[in-house]
Amino acid sequence: MVPELAIKTHGLTRKFGAFTAVDSVNIQVEQGSIFGLLGPNGAGKTTLIRMLCGLLRPTNGTAEVMGFDLLRQTDEIKRHIGYMSQQFSLYGDLTVLENLTFYTRVYALPRQRARERIEEVINITGIGDFRNRLARQLSGGWRQRLALSCALVHEPRLLFLDEPTAGIDPVARRALWNLLFELSNAGHTFFVTTHYMDEAERCSHVGYIYYSKLIASGTPGELKELPEVTPVGLERLRVISDRQPQAMALLNTFGYVRDATIFGDSLHVLTEEESGTRLRDAMQAAGFQDVHVDSIPASLEDVFVTLTRTMDEARRV
Amino acid sequence: MFRGFSAIVYKETIHILRDPKTLLLMLVIPGIQLTIFGYAIRLDVENIPTVYYNLDGREASRVLLDRFTNTGYFKFVGQSYSDDELNGAIIDGRAKVGIKIPPDFSDDIALGKPSQVQVLIDGSDSTVAMQALNVANAIAMQSSFQIIQERLPGQRQPIEMRPRVLFNPDMKTANFMVPGLIGIVLQVVTMFLTAFAVVREKETGTLEQLMVTPVSRLGLMVGKLSPYACIGAFEVFVVVLLMRFLFQVRIEGSVMLLAAFSILFLFTSLGLGLMVSTIASNQVQAIQIAFLVMLPSVLLSGFMFPQESMPYPIYVFGQVFPVTYFIRILRGIILRGAGFSELWPQGLGLIVIGTILLGVSATRFRKTLG
Repeated sequence: MVPELAIKTHGLTRKFGAFTAVDSVNIQVEQGSIFGLLGPNGAGKTTLIRMLCGLLRPTNGTAEVMGFDLLRQTDEIKRHIGYMSQQFSLYGDLTVLENLTFYTRVYALPRQRARERIEEVINITGIGDFRNRLARQLSGGWRQRLALSCALVHEPRLLFLDEPTAGIDPVARRALWNLLFELSNAGHTFFVTTHYMDEAERCSHVGYIYYSKLIASGTPGELKELPEVTPVGLERLRVISDRQPQAMALLNTFGYVRDATIFGDSLHVLTEEESGTRLRDAMQAAGFQDVHVDSIPASLEDVFVTLTRTMDEARRV
Repeated sequence: MFRGFSAIVYKETIHILRDPKTLLLMLVIPGIQLTIFGYAIRLDVENIPTVYYNLDGREASRVLLDRFTNTGYFKFVGQSYSDDELNGAIIDGRAKVGIKIPPDFSDDIALGKPSQVQVLIDGSDSTVAMQALNVANAIAMQSSFQIIQERLPGQRQPIEMRPRVLFNPDMKTANFMVPGLIGIVLQVVTMFLTAFAVVREKETGTLEQLMVTPVSRLGLMVGKLSPYACIGAFEVFVVVLLMRFLFQVRIEGSVMLLAAFSILFLFTSLGLGLMVSTIASNQVQAIQIAFLVMLPSVLLSGFMFPQESMPYPIYVFGQVFPVTYFIRILRGIILRGAGFSELWPQGLGLIVIGTILLGVSATRFRKTLG
């Protein structure tokens, strides 16, 4: 029987001496979803994952992983989850096939089933061409695929991936995400940490952890609708002109502009409602050419920048 | 309890086979070490370089000097012609013993008066000094007794010692050293091997990956130890062959018993390596800690110095090392032909130490990741 929630935590806390790495985190992850956990380095992402995998005991709080109690049924949990750690942690001097065989034995798959399963996993991740290649001779992207293959061998329904795309090239990154979507459609649940906003946008659910606390959690759409992100009476505009830095400096002097930030070749401006026309006129009057202004929804980056700023201001008080 | 054991053995065996250079080193190093140390370490003192200063020069003095060389312990490397020269020979290291015979030696002997022969001994090497002193005294006794016998014919030596050295009648150092050396060499190799094998996994992060799987700690540890125990067993075989045929040390007791105790010792010694690996977090630390264990186990295990003469606390400390028990077992079986009924306490010692090592390592294993 598959429980409705793959992960459910209640007040999960981990302290290292006086330092609280994870502070009363409540998280709910639905079956079949891809949950992306974001946050700056040192915010507590890895500690949270390590706790959920049973590598670290929580100091306080409870959690259920795949319906099993985190404190009392660690062994059951280990049988039902897969884990890919931040660093490449397979055996470089073993071949792809030997690494896979090793994991089938670790999970005590019967010989016949092990052979079948290895072929299935190879089909899923497409690593078949490298069967007899030593793991250390694989490129970054293929190493991650091998790691994922090994994590899949025992058919876990829930996979924890700690920064799976760190340090691999954009093409391999995209390929890996496509693979995650396929697996997610087939019913696998993913708990992924990442620093990339485009990856976060692809997740079905996103959580943002900052200074050990989970400060936001929901679908990307829900987060963008958060009242803190776009307060009542304000709107987000995209402003394009011939000189971005100068435009930003100018906009920040206007009383009705709350915030202006450069995003690539445009500016994202948080401003009072119905001020778009006024803004464009003012810029043209100041000598800017090719000025375009249109209304945009908040991006996830806007969400996290705003939430971080709010948290920092709250901490300073 | 041993979940994942066969998986760990599988991959550990591949690790070992994929690195033939290391494998070869593991297999031949103990043999090489045993050969080198077996020849190098000698406690037999022979041919002590000696100078003499003979102020008498007549026959009686020459007979006495011949007695010194005839024992085989002394070898004349020169003659001095003054006290200073005699002293100088010892100070500059040319000789370790100097013999000075007084000018009226022959006259005194003939007149039946006591005569004093001076023997200077370099005490900086205590083993040599002790031997020289004993032999010189014995020569004096023997010569004196002979003179007395000549004067009083029919007189017989009142007490005659008839010592018989059991088990090592020729007092060969090899018989004493080589069995002990087997223990030391094996402990060093096996301890380093396991310590490295585990610490390497810590460094690469693969250990953490294993902790997320259902592999049990005991399955992981024993699985890692077993392939190395096999290598260790092969090493035992090699060094015992070397001992028997190169150093000509015969095995008086049961070979099977020796094999059984060796396997027990190997697991205990590997456990020591495991213990080291739970303390060290990288390979450099592992080397340092392993050396920290190695030195006292050479000095305090009874390998070179008798444990009986150690201060009590040091003696007790020496009982911590598995090799202490194994050396007693080796000497017992190989030299004295001892059987299980004599050696079971040593086996029990190994079991106790091994259980403690594995138990503590297992608990520490959890801590290092928590």
